Amino acid sequence: MRRQVLLGVAGVVALGLAWEGYKLLAPDDGVVVGELTVLPRTTDVAMPHLWDMAARALEPVNSATDALPLWVAVLVAAAFTLGVAAVGWVVGVVVGLATATVMQRFRTAESALLPWVVLSQTVPLIALAPLVRRWGSQLEIGAFDWRDWMSVAVIAAYLAFFPVSIGALRGLSSPDAVHLDLMRSYGVGWWRTYRSLRLPAAVPHLIPALRLAAANAVIGTVVAEVSIGLRGGIGRMIVEFGASASADPAKQWSPIFGAVLVGLVAAGVCVLIARALARYRVSEVS
Amino acid sequence: MNTPAPTRPTAPSAGPADAPAATGTEAHAAPAVEVRGVIRRFSSRSGEVVALSDVDLTVRAGEFVSLIGPSGCGKSTLLRLIADLDEPTAGELAVFGRPPRVARQNHDFGIAFQQAGLLPWRSVRTNVELPLELHGAGRAARRARATELLEMVGLADFAQHLPHQLSGGMQQRVAIARALAERPSLLLMDEPFGALDEMTREHVQTELLRLRAETGAAVVFVTHSIPEAVYLSDRVVVMSARPGQVREVVPVGLGAARDRSDDVREDNAFFDRVRAVREALHGTDGTAPRGVDRR
Repeated sequence: MRRQVLLGVAGVVALGLAWEGYKLLAPDDGVVVGELTVLPRTTDVAMPHLWDMAARALEPVNSATDALPLWVAVLVAAAFTLGVAAVGWVVGVVVGLATATVMQRFRTAESALLPWVVLSQTVPLIALAPLVRRWGSQLEIGAFDWRDWMSVAVIAAYLAFFPVSIGALRGLSSPDAVHLDLMRSYGVGWWRTYRSLRLPAAVPHLIPALRLAAANAVIGTVVAEVSIGLRGGIGRMIVEFGASASADPAKQWSPIFGAVLVGLVAAGVCVLIARALARYRVSEVS
Repeated sequence: MNTPAPTRPTAPSAGPADAPAATGTEAHAAPAVEVRGVIRRFSSRSGEVVALSDVDLTVRAGEFVSLIGPSGCGKSTLLRLIADLDEPTAGELAVFGRPPRVARQNHDFGIAFQQAGLLPWRSVRTNVELPLELHGAGRAARRARATELLEMVGLADFAQHLPHQLSGGMQQRVAIARALAERPSLLLMDEPFGALDEMTREHVQTELLRLRAETGAAVVFVTHSIPEAVYLSDRVVVMSARPGQVREVVPVGLGAARDRSDDVREDNAFFDRVRAVREALHGTDGTAPRGVDRR
């Protein structure tokens, strides 16, 4: 455990050293071969010093009198993005489990659904986002009001459901013949078999699927925030600060680190889930 | 032995868990298993395989019958037909006078396979409780029954362990405890000791004899081993392959199960019966069928 922490810290330090080392040694215009720049420029605009990034994070966001310190603004945005991604993840996991269950239950459903599940992931996200937003805005169910953040969550869910449905389908089909025979000999129906055998047996396949889904949900949220133009999240913040990069190059790095933080928290939650389900991950009996 | 006397439903059990015991008296009127003219054909790409050809067999209530024969003689297939895990192409089967499907839904039999088939995420105790839980027995009744059964198979100290922490022999004993959970009047066993080493095997065989004497259940036992079949059974059904048929039924008669102990294995009567089964297996052509283990 301690060793792992040390290694993790060492990795981050090495990355920082590589950044500063390259900036120190490489020419300002980067490494150019003929007409091609094969390694990036090292000017302060392209590669600000790490300490400049840190110093900028402590300063206020902008010159307004009531402006928050940059790092606080980034944390708020990161929390917002994480919230939307979490909603997308939960919806994606539920939908993924549901499709996997239907596919496992009905053979015809598997051959009918599976190609579409795979095909769904080939639709470019950038093309999809504005469509989802437009459909959502036309939705009116009583007092329910469709919000832009929901469109972002839908896109996150759209990316998250895929690994879950594939992983869960494999997992639900994984019980041994002897276990299925046993359940049949008990004369119990599909639902009890599902609950007592298939679902627990699916856990080892589900854990990595949940991790992939979390990563997908975070990426989906950040990208969809940009293409839908949702304010308040980290994705939009990266684009906004990037626009003023030439004047304030260190500023845009704060939301980038914020995005990394969102990813780390999502991965951490998955580790906790895996730990809670450890009992279902013991190796099969001989 | 430190096992408590078998208690018929005195435990505070209620509901479906009692069903097999309740039907016991009525069930004992009919034979435990009745097989009449059963044929089972499997069609595969390379043609049709006759796994069972015109098999007749009767197992009386409380009787221990072993099915023995070379690989491919259909003994496991026959067991699966009795358990309603498969359906015959032709012929009729009855379990306590009822179609196997009804018997299965009534939980009339317990079953154990070559693999222990314990659910790896459940503790030993909850594995034993599984059939009771699935059939809606209350928590207290389940606990009481599982405790009783784990004591019976000598694993009370391992109740909280997970299956992978147990040896193969112990796992198999848990599987037998699970098969006995609902006090079935019939136990179906498909080479349950096939994967065990010889010493463990002899030990669990003796234990099975004792359990059988305590529960009074009929047993249909599929095996590859002649001494095992002779040691355990009242009758040994010798089968032949291609097509799977009953070649001969050898009565054993080594005395009541409760009086049989390891000494029997060195008895002349025992060797005599082993020889009888071996001769039946070899048949008239005198060649040893493959796949039979003469340990």
